[in-house]
Amino acid sequence: KHQGHSQEQVEASLTSKLNPVHLEVIDTSGGCGASFAVEIVSEQFEGKRLLERHRIVNAALEDEMKEIHALSIKKAQTPQQWKPISEDSAITTPTTDA
Amino acid sequence: FRCSASALTPQLKDTLEKLVNSKKVVLFMKGTRDFPMCGFSNTVVQILKNLNVPFEDVNILENEMLRQGLKEYSNWPTFPQLYIAGEFFGGCDITLEAFQSGELQEVVERAICS
Repeated sequence: KHQGHSQEQVEASLTSKLNPVHLEVIDTSGGCGASFAVEIVSEQFEGKRLLERHRIVNAALEDEMKEIHALSIKKAQTPQQWKPISEDSAITTPTTDA
Repeated sequence: FRCSASALTPQLKDTLEKLVNSKKVVLFMKGTRDFPMCGFSNTVVQILKNLNVPFEDVNILENEMLRQGLKEYSNWPTFPQLYIAGEFFGGCDITLEAFQSGELQEVVERAICS
């Protein structure tokens, strides 16, 4: 019945390859399973620039990417970056606005 | 089926190298700057217009060889792909985040003023 990759498959690949401490995969396709938004927090992003982090996610989904039409990586953080924001966002959200 | 042959021939690689260096900012996108064919491509066009950056737009929908070759050249599976000063900067999410943080403006200024 399903042509594209299901959300579960995307989650399973990311989980097995990147061992995330937090993972959220949102199907943004409206049901056809070809468009996803991802939030992922993993130790493997430690010391990596954002471009490299996204490449790690893309590589983990190499097989799925052949059928995914759109992948949006909303968040690719290390556990250290993620924890303070989730626990007290009001205090730690940095603002550069004057 | 699965196609294992590389789309990136030495000639195509040479062509892409020249293309990404032909302008300080080059955007490989679906559609053109005036008629983007996809919301992600449109987002990056709007960001570049907002920064008032001169850029070259290349419609990858018109050239399948270019489209497949670029994925390998950039080591990036999707479009749009933004190049600044001959270097791959990122796709839509990275460009948006860098725009919001001010990093994109710095990188672009450095590229254009060098």
